Amino acid sequence: MSTKNAYMDTIGRKLAALAAGFLLTAGLAASTAALAGDKSKYEVDGRKSGYLYSNPETQAIEDDDFANGGMLWVEKGAELWKKVDGKAGKSCASCHGDAEKSMKGVYTVYPKYVKKLGKLENLEQRINRCRTEKMKAKPWKWDKDNLLAMATYIGYLSRGMPMNVKIDGPAAPFFEKGKEFFFKRRGQLDMSCKHCHIDNAGKHIRADLLSEGRGGGAFPAYRLKWQKVGSLHRRFKGCNKNIRAQPYKQGADEYVNLELFVKWRSRGLPVEVPAVRR
Amino acid sequence: MGKARVKVPKTAKAGDIITIKTLIKHKMESGNRKDKKTGKKIPRHIIDKFTAKYNGEVFFSSDWEGGVSANPYCAFTCRVDKSGDFEFTWHDEKGEVTTAKASITVS
Repeated sequence: MSTKNAYMDTIGRKLAALAAGFLLTAGLAASTAALAGDKSKYEVDGRKSGYLYSNPETQAIEDDDFANGGMLWVEKGAELWKKVDGKAGKSCASCHGDAEKSMKGVYTVYPKYVKKLGKLENLEQRINRCRTEKMKAKPWKWDKDNLLAMATYIGYLSRGMPMNVKIDGPAAPFFEKGKEFFFKRRGQLDMSCKHCHIDNAGKHIRADLLSEGRGGGAFPAYRLKWQKVGSLHRRFKGCNKNIRAQPYKQGADEYVNLELFVKWRSRGLPVEVPAVRR
Repeated sequence: MGKARVKVPKTAKAGDIITIKTLIKHKMESGNRKDKKTGKKIPRHIIDKFTAKYNGEVFFSSDWEGGVSANPYCAFTCRVDKSGDFEFTWHDEKGEVTTAKASITVS
């Protein structure tokens, strides 16, 4: 191939890439127009979901189940539900039957107090406890595809239902701890969750619009930055790193307590799993 | 390569312009990221070609580069004159090929 031809070939490839990019955008625009529906459900008593702080383009992806990458994890979760694993020779379906009936609304009440453990337990931990105790299987690792898929699938089955965690009774002291975490300054930047998500919600931090920190009904969410689905605890870690604090591990008691507080802040908001966020 | 999802309307009238949506699970590793632990570059691994055929004839194809995001979504339009079958093919840099099929009834 001569030099000129090689040059032309490069140009051709670049043009093709441009054309593909244009088509990807054009496709998004089309779905925005078709699905620009009622957005009032994302605001309850003045509490706004992170959905309302997203770009219209991001909202359009969440509105269209086909374009929403998170649905890939939902499909995988549905497969895993029926898959037998562990020494007990059971699958989720062996005990819980049809997930669409048995798991409806389950997402909205987690994390909840478990007497046996003497502390809070969130959905991911509940799934793993089922695996170790009932199925005699290995627990799944945090933020790996299997656990994400199952949590996303169970969340998806409660879609549209209002978040409704319990904060009274035995959960009360853990709720207080979560609240304390939310308002406590930490890290080199000496900031608390409140400084961004209450005091400055709706303002820009560089190019990003700060949300109210009511992600209770959204996670596991498909985050464009991650290019995959991720847990709420992964998001907490990211926030903690941003303020230059030492993050806790996913599933740490501190984060589970905080999760209860954040989900209480999202009370009444619809479950959006898998939500799409930037 | 992961599972492909395709959305094509089941029926259409002759001469209609239909929208086709496709999505495939793929990490689309750009080749610019570094492994945080070892500091070495993660080799590029992307889908570099996508083609769509209608009754055996290519009507849409595109070459993809490193800037395309993971789990690429691609939507495009097509005018349909007669009933037929669509075939969509994703070619990955490592030679892996995934195909998806759909058909449409045109009245």
